[in-house]
Amino acid sequence: MIRTVDLCKRYGDLEALCGVSLSVAEGDVFVVIGPSGCGKSTLLRCIHLLEEPTSGTIQVGKDTITFGLGHPMPSGRALARYRANIGMVFQQFNLFPHKTALENVMVGPAVVKKMRDEEARELARELLAKVGLSDKENVYPANLSGGQAQRVAIARALAMKPEVMLFDEVTSALDPELVGEVLEVLKRLAKEGTTMIVVTHEMAFARDVADHVCFMEAGLIVEQGNATEVLLRPQNPRAQAFLSRFHGAGNET
Amino acid sequence: MGYRWDFSAILQFSTWLNAIKITLLYSIGTVAGGMIVGGICGVGLLSHRRWVTAPVYAYVELFRCTPLLVQIVWFYYALPIILDYSLPAWLASALGLTLYQGAFCAEIFRGGVVSIDKGQWQAARALGMTYGQLMWHIILPQATRRMVPPFVNQGVLQLKNTSLLYVVAVPDLMYTSSLIVGATYRPLEVYTFVALLYFLLLYPATVFSKRLEQRFDR
Repeated sequence: MIRTVDLCKRYGDLEALCGVSLSVAEGDVFVVIGPSGCGKSTLLRCIHLLEEPTSGTIQVGKDTITFGLGHPMPSGRALARYRANIGMVFQQFNLFPHKTALENVMVGPAVVKKMRDEEARELARELLAKVGLSDKENVYPANLSGGQAQRVAIARALAMKPEVMLFDEVTSALDPELVGEVLEVLKRLAKEGTTMIVVTHEMAFARDVADHVCFMEAGLIVEQGNATEVLLRPQNPRAQAFLSRFHGAGNET
Repeated sequence: MGYRWDFSAILQFSTWLNAIKITLLYSIGTVAGGMIVGGICGVGLLSHRRWVTAPVYAYVELFRCTPLLVQIVWFYYALPIILDYSLPAWLASALGLTLYQGAFCAEIFRGGVVSIDKGQWQAARALGMTYGQLMWHIILPQATRRMVPPFVNQGVLQLKNTSLLYVVAVPDLMYTSSLIVGATYRPLEVYTFVALLYFLLLYPATVFSKRLEQRFDR
């Protein structure tokens, strides 16, 4: 469903990703954890081609793209089509401030897929209802709470009916009270069989929802396995240190 | 003081009216022209291709870093020598004013677009929008709101810049007043009056500009 093989990303002298290989089957929830600067966000951005990987291969559904010398990155229409097939939700929401919640959700299908306005509006209404925000259709992002804004952002990404959804620390910018409502939406999506790659610090969520978890450090995956293996019985010492707070604080539900 | 004020020198209603018309005509015309030139060049400045940005930068820097007076004079006296074709005064000055305004408008345009948060670009790209789609639907609607106050400000400045038309004898307010001074030897009364006229033309524009800023500051 989505695979990367030896994905590398270098910024000048800095190697942000040093050969990341992962595989996510359809309907799986793949969680990436790790300390700041380990390359988790870079990984997501490379998969989404918001950054151009230095080398390696990415396969999403039927599209396989190889990067490196002699392999120009897709551009223009092909690139847009590739990105349309992958949904991304950002830590900072990045809602369009000049559009209402409904218009934010509509704009993808209406502009990119050239859907008729009424169809797009119907789809947007369904998705806003799905994330529990039917009553906020005509509200501008400035008047939404963080949790509401992030749920609109999730609906906006879902509107494009992507094969994979990428979540980049989507609760890290939220008040603790609002984190729950967003995680609820993610849990529901997971239960419905959405293929998801989630970068998060919410270990309890990872333990409850993830099919696979990987721990990244300095641009590499250093530990991989199912949720209980990696989160509760990490083998790698760096992973153990990182997760010690989770274990120590008592992993209450 | 001993100076005998004599305001009869300024009592030429139709002359002043014509002068005001000329000043307004050049202001509005070159502001409109400048905004069109500036819009196109602004888009050019945002390109990633050096063969597009380099000549546009050259134009913008040249016209921002030389005095408008020099530009008008150059178009009137120097360009005809190169072209072997004499430009009429109105064209030389209109050209100078438009290109001058265009250079500043290009920077206002570029500044407006660049000030939009990078996250907006990423979110639009993530939805699969092409450059054209994301500029039209996401970036420009937000950027134009930011550009309005500096554009209006630049328009106000441009109206004052038209006073430089006197140097090529275009009968705007400034040239007309210098003619009247030459005939009546009353510089104090005439120039005081013309300053007042410029103020009466411009003050409503600055009030309008403030109102626009408040409106866009939602």
